[in-house]
Amino acid sequence: MPAITRKSNTTPKKSTANRSLPKAPTGIQGLDEITGGGLPRGRPTLVCGSAGAGKTLLAMEFLVRGATQYGEPGVFMAFEETAAELTQNVRSLGFDLDELTNEKKLALDYVRVERSEIDETGDYDLEGLFIRLGAAIDGIGAKRVVLDTIENLFSGLQNEGILRAELRRLFRWLKDKGVTAVITAERGEGALTRHGLEEYVSDCVILLDHRVTDQVSTRRLRIVKYRGTAHGTNEYPFLIDEDGFSVLPVTSLGLQHRVSQEHISSGVPRLDTMLGGAGFYRGSTVLVSGTAGTGKTSLAAQFVDAACRRGERCIYFSFEESPGQLMRNMQSIGIDLAQWSKKNLLQFHSSRATLFGLEMHLAIIHKIVHDFQPQIVVIDPVGSLIQAGNLRDAHTMLIRLIDFLKQREVTGFLTNLTSGGESIEKTDVEISSIVDTWLFVRAIELGGERNRALYVLKSRGMAHSNQLREFLLTPHGIDLLDVYVGPEGVLTGSSRLSQEAREKADALLRQQESERRERERMRKREALEARITALRKEFELEEREAETSAVQEISREKLIAASREAMSRSRRADQTAGLSRSKK
Amino acid sequence: MKKSANSSAQAPESLKEIAEKAGPETGEVWQLRLYVAGQTPRSVAAFANLKKICEQHLAGRYNIEVVDLVKHPQLAAGDQILAIPTLVRKLPQPLRKIVGDLRDTERALVGLQLRPAAPEK
Repeated sequence: MPAITRKSNTTPKKSTANRSLPKAPTGIQGLDEITGGGLPRGRPTLVCGSAGAGKTLLAMEFLVRGATQYGEPGVFMAFEETAAELTQNVRSLGFDLDELTNEKKLALDYVRVERSEIDETGDYDLEGLFIRLGAAIDGIGAKRVVLDTIENLFSGLQNEGILRAELRRLFRWLKDKGVTAVITAERGEGALTRHGLEEYVSDCVILLDHRVTDQVSTRRLRIVKYRGTAHGTNEYPFLIDEDGFSVLPVTSLGLQHRVSQEHISSGVPRLDTMLGGAGFYRGSTVLVSGTAGTGKTSLAAQFVDAACRRGERCIYFSFEESPGQLMRNMQSIGIDLAQWSKKNLLQFHSSRATLFGLEMHLAIIHKIVHDFQPQIVVIDPVGSLIQAGNLRDAHTMLIRLIDFLKQREVTGFLTNLTSGGESIEKTDVEISSIVDTWLFVRAIELGGERNRALYVLKSRGMAHSNQLREFLLTPHGIDLLDVYVGPEGVLTGSSRLSQEAREKADALLRQQESERRERERMRKREALEARITALRKEFELEEREAETSAVQEISREKLIAASREAMSRSRRADQTAGLSRSKK
Repeated sequence: MKKSANSSAQAPESLKEIAEKAGPETGEVWQLRLYVAGQTPRSVAAFANLKKICEQHLAGRYNIEVVDLVKHPQLAAGDQILAIPTLVRKLPQPLRKIVGDLRDTERALVGLQLRPAAPEK
């Protein structure tokens, strides 16, 4: 028996005191989350997928991250590309394989299998491969191994019986060596791999898929099998970009996000007043819907402007306008977004919704949010995402997006265009039930004019106004005004102005009338008082006269009495007792 | 012989030319290298079979080098060795590889181009 096999038996796996399987973290964003910590440590993992699905890249990133982040050197055994080609291919992702090789953190070995050069006579085994791999592993003390893609052996060697037996031995040997291995394989017809490698690698199987639906391509990853571990079973979209591979566990993880008591201003003072005085809750989701040209984007821009002014970071995803166009247009209402962009507080991401599939949009949003760590995310408008998929998919995608934002306590500001035909209090993606605050902007046509009106359809957890407000776009931003509500109905714009003028005139008239009445009253009062004075004078006169006549009467009586006494005295008449007595 | 040694660096020749030049009558010394991994029965058999073929067809014009990869694992990459045992014909050019224990002498001869391939396999 070859020496290598015996030697390798002396490296037992670390005992698994932990109940769960020991894992080797991949360092790939998202993959560790859905696998619950990484690939099974010390065991082989099969990564299968069709051509161009990203197998080599996944494997390479697993090695590079292992070498750079987890101190686990790795061996990359390539059966398809030469070391130079590989180095060049992954340089664009920021992986410098030459440097890692020099630091003995990585070993690249290109195995060329050329059938035309090889003749076979009689028995053989693949001990040469074992020795090469063993030497490479021992040379740098590797903990990770990639075989990309070992199926090429099937095209190089004729004796499949030997090959299969040797592969079985190889995987056994890798396990005994205690290295965490990734084996890539081409997707086969009706089977996971073309040559049935899944038969040998049974611990963990990851399937990569590159699907085109409605001319929109999406990369997806699925853990087909992971022995001894609860893993995410869904298909997860993944991205390959300048930072490498990222898998996005975008399924909602439940409603357990933290909630904030903090309010943040909408940027429009009167709107804040309408929302219980302080604006939106931080981390809530705000939806602004309305018909075309009602100022949804302007509201979003005002909100972003206010946030940046507070020093918060924002990301603006636009599916309709380019950043330049947005900034120019917002300049016209006095909102200078360019300054925030320069200060790196605001990022614009403009793309057509049809550029990617929904999953990819979600994945990209995830990634950007993850990288930029914003407090506010604007998506303008969400409705265009339907174009990238169907209604149902768009709906679930938005729910996942909102959940994602809530989990990160990011305030989401979504705009949605409602078309005139259908019921307006309804979004075409039907997300109204999951948003926290729903503002509605609508046009009111009256008196040959089209004016904007805004109202708060709902706002969870705050005493919000039930009033309709006229919504004005001024050169200094957005302004909200009371609308005229009266017997004439709801009036806005010039009608409101003329109604107000008319009311002012009426009021003036009423005032003048009352002043006139007041004067009249004064005059009457004066007249009355004059009469009262006259009467009183008359009465005084009469009184005085009456007094005078009474005095005269008394003096006359006295006179009469005196004259009677005098007369009786002169007549010597008997003094009447009565008279004398009364005199006494 | 000198001439053919010089021509080894040249562009690939047609199989017919090679066959003519490399035939027993050219008298060039053959450089053969046999890769083994330890003293396994298969390795021993391969060496014995090779020796027999050489004695029959290349008597006095061959040179066999045995490389034990267990002792020199770093040599495996040079000739892209996977299978054990592998016989590599270094000279004459072009390089040929024959994997297996050379049990089938006929196929080994064809592989070494000591005999033209049968019209139909």
